[in-house]
Amino acid sequence: MTFPYSDLVLEHFRHPRNVGQIEDADGKATEGSPSCGDMVSVYIKVDPEKKTISDIKFESYGCASNIATGSIITELAKGKTLDEAKKINWKTASEALGGLPKIKAHCSVLAVEGLRSAIQNYEERHGLVKEKKPTTEDEIHRRLRKVMNPLSGLDLERTNLVKNVQLKDGIVRVVIDLPPDHQFSNSIKEEIKEKIEPLWDIKEVVIEFIA
Amino acid sequence: MQSRRVYLDNAAATRVDERVLEAMKPYFFENYAVATSEFAYSEGIDARETLDKVRNDLGTSLNANQEEFIFTSGSTESSNFALKGIALALGKKKGTHIMVSKIEDFSVLHCARALEKQGFQITYLNVDSDGFVDLDQLKDSIRDNTILVSIQHANQEMGTIQDIESIGRICREKEVLFHTDATHTFTRVPLNVKEIPVNLITVSAHTIHGPKGIGGLYIRKGTPIVKWMDGGFQEFDLRAGLENIPGAVGFAKAVELVTPEETRMLQAMRDHIIDRMLAEIPNTTLNGHRWKRLPQNANITFHFVEGESITLHLDMQGFAVSTGSACFSRSLESSHVIMGIGGDHERAHGSIRFTFGRYNTMSEVDDIVGTLAEIVKELRIISPLGKEKMEDTK
Repeated sequence: MTFPYSDLVLEHFRHPRNVGQIEDADGKATEGSPSCGDMVSVYIKVDPEKKTISDIKFESYGCASNIATGSIITELAKGKTLDEAKKINWKTASEALGGLPKIKAHCSVLAVEGLRSAIQNYEERHGLVKEKKPTTEDEIHRRLRKVMNPLSGLDLERTNLVKNVQLKDGIVRVVIDLPPDHQFSNSIKEEIKEKIEPLWDIKEVVIEFIA
Repeated sequence: MQSRRVYLDNAAATRVDERVLEAMKPYFFENYAVATSEFAYSEGIDARETLDKVRNDLGTSLNANQEEFIFTSGSTESSNFALKGIALALGKKKGTHIMVSKIEDFSVLHCARALEKQGFQITYLNVDSDGFVDLDQLKDSIRDNTILVSIQHANQEMGTIQDIESIGRICREKEVLFHTDATHTFTRVPLNVKEIPVNLITVSAHTIHGPKGIGGLYIRKGTPIVKWMDGGFQEFDLRAGLENIPGAVGFAKAVELVTPEETRMLQAMRDHIIDRMLAEIPNTTLNGHRWKRLPQNANITFHFVEGESITLHLDMQGFAVSTGSACFSRSLESSHVIMGIGGDHERAHGSIRFTFGRYNTMSEVDDIVGTLAEIVKELRIISPLGKEKMEDTK
């Protein structure tokens, strides 16, 4: 019998490493929400001298991919410098796990986001980032690269599904090259909203499906 | 793979009963002719007689006449025929308004959506927190151009049984046709067409230890319906295609084998699992009505954890169940049923459906409760949700 998951994914799912919270974390972040289906919290302790991640823990409300990715990124990030850890992406995590099913890409990308956000949180708290920059269309495109197309396991930008992006007066308009009643339209819509709405100067996100 | 498997997903498919297979065998190997050949040779006559007999058996099980029962390839086709066949028959003559409940199976819901694209107007009726259709909303929403109401007998996920007698009465009063999808109630919950004013009923063999690929549609005499599977003149010229005689024979045998005692046993398992889960595992919610539900269905949400993680852990320990979680669905969307009863995403994600069948035992029920309690406990340790609430219940 073959599971859609690799042995390594199953191993991390059954015995996730570094689970829990860090009480006096230097950086922490939660990505996702119960409504999007998956949620990951990441906590880090940072060595102030070396700028390395000395300890890391995570919690997951999610499916097997989400739990396994959370587990593997804590292993990958531990001991790394912040700059090295920032480079860990979905591909790194997926390869370290021996591959993930394409349709599950969106569940696992969240754990990677969690790590990056925890680092960002540390940097913000320690005055390592400059003040808030206004959102640009480029930034919207960058965020759309984190929304996975469940058909291919690749992001919306790479699979040419983003037809148009407009940003005017805090209102973002995204046009997706899929029919409105496509199998994945609702789930893609929710994910786009989730990635763009938290931007500090965005008031509304309008998503249109045209195909 | 685990040596012992416990299959608790009998709403999806059931193990075929050996007696069903034995009844079917002769129609694969000895007389494999089809009824269409009745005027050519004796095998054809035998096939015709066999088909007539099993059609009569199935019609009788609903207290219907045999010419009111046609064979199809399963529930999906039956419901497609009901909705699209009525739409074709009355769309130009009477009207283009159809009503369905929000929590129908996709075979009805997606038919309605397809018709919507063709210019039909669809009303998607709300259900309350137990899943019951609001009869007042139903009454008020029927218009002069309403041609069909399609409301399931019982829900595929959370088992709530609708008051189809009242629904049928309302429809009859307003002279609107009524279709019910009885895929999960057929033979388990009484359904008598002499008592219930219903025009069309979808049934299937796959939920009652019969073969896959055979179902039926009851069509009350006089119901206007247009054939849409074109070809030969089979099934009273309502559904073309070679008759699936072994399937039909297996279907009739499967119906014959269901007994009230067996159904009571399934109900006892249902009640036992619900009582134990709710009592022994904290932060659980029953989905659907406690009593007015399928005898073979329990559906419970385990809060703060995600269903696919639960099903995978259960699978690795030998248990097969299903979940309403988005991660499990082919469209990555949460169960429209749990959302339909006003549940939030979290309630849908953590929902697990247990459906019982002939080959389950009470000791399997006890086993899964113990196993699940452990799994849920472990997953809640990992989960960032509900920590405060869990402290209370420690």
